[in-house]
Amino acid sequence: MERLVIRGLHVAVEGQEILKGVDLEIGRGEVHALMGPNGSGKSTLGYAIMGHPAYEVTSGTIELVAADGTRRDVLAMEPDERARAGIFLAFQRPMAIPGVRLADFLRHSVTNVRNPDRKEGEELMPMREFRAELKAKMAELSMDPDFARRYVNDGFSGGEMKRAEILQLAMLRPGFAILDETDSGLDADAVRLASESIAKIGGAEMGILIITHHEQLLEHNVPLRTHVMLGGRIVESGGPELAAELHKKGYERIRVAYPDAAAAERAMEDAAGLAGRAVPAGAGA
Amino acid sequence: MATALETTPVNGGPSDETAALKSVEINKYDFRTDSPAVFKARKGIDAEIVAQISEMKGEPAWMREFRLDAFKIFESKPMPKWGGRLGIDFQDIYYYLKPTEHQGKTWDDVPDAIKETFDRLGIPQAERQFLAGVKAQFESEVVYGSLQEDLAKKGVIFTDTDTAVREHADLLREYFGTVIPPSDNKFAALNSAVWSGGSFIYVPKGVSIEFPLQAYFRINAENMGQFERTLIIVDEGAHVHYVEGCTAPMYSSESLHSAVVEILVKRGGRCRYTTIQNWANNIYNLVTKRAMAYADATMEWIDGNLGSQLTMKYPAVYMMEPGARGEILSIAFASAGQHQDAGAKLVHAAPNTSGRIVSKSISKNGGRASYRGLVKVEPGATGSRSSVVCDALILDEHSRSDTYPYIEIEEQDVSIGHEASVSKIGEEQLFYLMSRGLTEAEASTMIVGGFIEPLVKELPMEYAVEMNKLIQLQMEGSVG
Repeated sequence: MERLVIRGLHVAVEGQEILKGVDLEIGRGEVHALMGPNGSGKSTLGYAIMGHPAYEVTSGTIELVAADGTRRDVLAMEPDERARAGIFLAFQRPMAIPGVRLADFLRHSVTNVRNPDRKEGEELMPMREFRAELKAKMAELSMDPDFARRYVNDGFSGGEMKRAEILQLAMLRPGFAILDETDSGLDADAVRLASESIAKIGGAEMGILIITHHEQLLEHNVPLRTHVMLGGRIVESGGPELAAELHKKGYERIRVAYPDAAAAERAMEDAAGLAGRAVPAGAGA
Repeated sequence: MATALETTPVNGGPSDETAALKSVEINKYDFRTDSPAVFKARKGIDAEIVAQISEMKGEPAWMREFRLDAFKIFESKPMPKWGGRLGIDFQDIYYYLKPTEHQGKTWDDVPDAIKETFDRLGIPQAERQFLAGVKAQFESEVVYGSLQEDLAKKGVIFTDTDTAVREHADLLREYFGTVIPPSDNKFAALNSAVWSGGSFIYVPKGVSIEFPLQAYFRINAENMGQFERTLIIVDEGAHVHYVEGCTAPMYSSESLHSAVVEILVKRGGRCRYTTIQNWANNIYNLVTKRAMAYADATMEWIDGNLGSQLTMKYPAVYMMEPGARGEILSIAFASAGQHQDAGAKLVHAAPNTSGRIVSKSISKNGGRASYRGLVKVEPGATGSRSSVVCDALILDEHSRSDTYPYIEIEEQDVSIGHEASVSKIGEEQLFYLMSRGLTEAEASTMIVGGFIEPLVKELPMEYAVEMNKLIQLQMEGSVG
């Protein structure tokens, strides 16, 4: 099985180091949870894996390692190449693209991702075939088909944005999906629906990294491993029981157990002032 | 002064600027002059050339006098000092070519770049030859003969303006030059002196034409010109949608195109005029377009401008009687070496009139797009409402966008809104689309397509498709 392998990853935003050596390995078919307090660097990891230009990898590696040992250097790829290589990021705050219909965008996207060698200007996936598939997927996710005619994330409610991200996940069927707080801003029912949807979409072919503060999203997606991030590093990993513990008791035990990481967390807060730090719009770190 | 003004009013500016706003538009078909000439006026312009043009056309005395008077006005008027840089040598231009000349040219003469664009736009061969000026006319007689017959039965007149001078003299003379007199601006005067071709349309009372009338439906060949002259009269309760031009690049060896379009929409009538023009990069495209809308009449201009060296075009609606409505939607795309100085003008000359301007501009590769618009509320035009929205999208740091919104309000109790936005394609939008597998170029094209979508969806289907393809080509940098 193909694996996404991250080693010693250091990432800086506008000169400030956010990730200070992250190691993480996810195999296809595995579900991992990434938890941690605000500002610990969880979203930064997602952006760095996807290749956001404002997130500078200062050292470390991200590779896709095939079952036969063939390695692909993810860091050498543009974001679109990463998508075509099978990496997907569900955004915490996806961008609005006014005037562009979700269906049109998705048809283009699906065409490219399924035909990694497609050249610009070549034919898109046939409309009829695409529509049939989109309609079926939307039905599975209990979505109104009219939704696909709306402009991408333009005027969407928080819940609609998250559902649109899940729809894209379902259509693109990536090898590795990073879900960045797909549960944030949703009520309990919506979280349950999202959790069920993700479980339906995933499976033996998809490795999933779920970034979350809560354990509800994990209800139908029981993680093989739960990782705790603090001060830009993964300080502890465990089974599903770790997610439950963090959800119930918070991060105090972690802070006490890893004083260096807790100090790094405080330093990062002091350096930027958590609220005022100039991160790119929509890029909550 | 304004009461409900939602934005800082800008004073009228230098009077020649606002006066000149009363000016300027264009034409779509183009000449080539190096073909064997049957008749070609010599280069340059003077009274003798103007008289000669009139004589060649066998015009009545009144039109000859109209031209000669206009020429005097042209000579007396200074060049506009605003807008874009105008490096025009009026003596280095041919002002009249007999249309038979178009037939002298062959497909081999058409530049490869133009041919390639036709290919990529998927324009049929017959139409390509027409667009490239190889054929003087599209096969309109064959294709549109029955259409003409149908229109004629309803009393609709749809012909070229030269023919109208001969065959519909009384009707034409009553309105010709009344909406845009030669004294309006230097280029309107020039057009009035040397005009050739253009459309003449009359839609009788209560007649509604369901499909868009297109310039190349016209049978007569004399529809191409640098100095096209169009006059549309929509009688009471009548309805027409006229579509001019097309999205294929207009190829021309001449550098100046200066058209005049006059429209009257009478009580309860409705007129929509759609133009998409894509000029070669050497062209000065200076056009005066204006409509008068009377009681409860609606006039809509939909205007797309691509290419050219400099375009100065500000379609206007004068709302002359209560209940009149004017709407102007425009898109400008300025790329390397291009300046689009485009905009709109709404004049509220009667109570309870309403207007809307939506302008979208895109600048790329050092191109410059300017919005220049005027909203004027005259004394007595109480209860008038206007809204102006102009959005500019700048694709790189070499490109430029300016907004010159002029607002003159001489009445209380009116509501005038103005919103302007300038945005750059955001790194976050690009990243989002790229994270879904779109290349950077595809992502930019998609964002630009979305930006103009609100206007493109107003276009007839085939134009919308072509417009989108054209934007794609522009984004690839493979055209103009």
